[in-house]
Amino acid sequence: MPRVKIARKSTVTDMTAMCDVAFLLLTFFIMTAKFKQEDPVPVAIPGFTKTVILPEDHIATLTVGSGKVFFGVEGAKIRTTMLEEMGKLYNTTFTPQEKAVFITLPTFGVPMSQLKNYLNTEPDKMRTFPQAGIPTDSVSNELFNWIKQARIADKVLSNKELRLTIKGDSRQEYPTIGRVIQILQKQKVNKFSLITSQKGAAN
Amino acid sequence: MAELDSSGGGKHKGGKVRSKKSSTRVDMTAMVDLAFLLITFFILSTTLNKPKAMDLAMPDKDEQNTQLPVAASRTMTVLLGSNNKLEWFVGEPGKTPGTVDNYGKEGLRKALIENSDKVRASHGGQPMIVLIKPSDKSTYENLVNALDELNITKIDIHAIVDITPVEINELKNNKIY
Repeated sequence: MPRVKIARKSTVTDMTAMCDVAFLLLTFFIMTAKFKQEDPVPVAIPGFTKTVILPEDHIATLTVGSGKVFFGVEGAKIRTTMLEEMGKLYNTTFTPQEKAVFITLPTFGVPMSQLKNYLNTEPDKMRTFPQAGIPTDSVSNELFNWIKQARIADKVLSNKELRLTIKGDSRQEYPTIGRVIQILQKQKVNKFSLITSQKGAAN
Repeated sequence: MAELDSSGGGKHKGGKVRSKKSSTRVDMTAMVDLAFLLITFFILSTTLNKPKAMDLAMPDKDEQNTQLPVAASRTMTVLLGSNNKLEWFVGEPGKTPGTVDNYGKEGLRKALIENSDKVRASHGGQPMIVLIKPSDKSTYENLVNALDELNITKIDIHAIVDITPVEINELKNNKIY
């Protein structure tokens, strides 16, 4: 009886298509990935058991740490409008270069009087620039106005409510946080989010 | 799998030197491996890195007429003091003795559950109201932890309120201010 011959198939698969798809996806993910923006002060966020995922747009973050407050808004257009309006309020005019620098800033924490100075420092020296934090007192009202102008700008540009979030450091003493909350409440922002990390309910 | 062409190189005797036709197939296994590894990395790093947050709603300060009178015995006040300690009492400050406690499972959570049950029993099923009063010596983490405990024990009616001088004295008496 003759043996039944099993046809030997080649084990080599054509991987060209797979490779194409893989790299296409890879390119997509690399392009959409956002770099983690560094906080101007070290911030250890507290944990909370029930968290929601924040949207990416229409969001403003108030970073609170070491007794200082920093402010940041998503979106270049909002930032430009906000800066122009703030310039009008505090009688400062910004050159196009300064505006261009400003829209690239993730978060900033300098008083209006130093802002021009800060925007004109060289990019590599910006990180070491001593940022004093945005004044929270009610005399200059700077933080109040920044938040207000950001909200107005977002409303005008996209007709959406700006969502305000507070990113506070765990060890930050309450008075600073309390002042920020007070400033928000003064302009009737009674709903906002606190950035927290997810933790289990066990402890 | 790998198609390495190892036959080339030998000289032909005599005749013309023919250029060797090498296979155009390239082994892509390693490349695909690497590509998928990177994809996995980027997928995970983009979806897991999204900032998470908790929503907080503060009572509207301007609307005075919507406030309802509430029996003091239905409210539990939590005073946040220094050194990660807190003090809680049911009712009015100064009249009912406060208890110094810590945050967490055995401390605040236990107190919340016990008091919630007591209030429900004595007020015909009405829920307990919790007031959180952070003092100037407490930290942001304390506040978030206290809110977290309220969330875990499912006490929905709570508010963050400014602390009063009477309550600061209370904290000072217990040496947590």
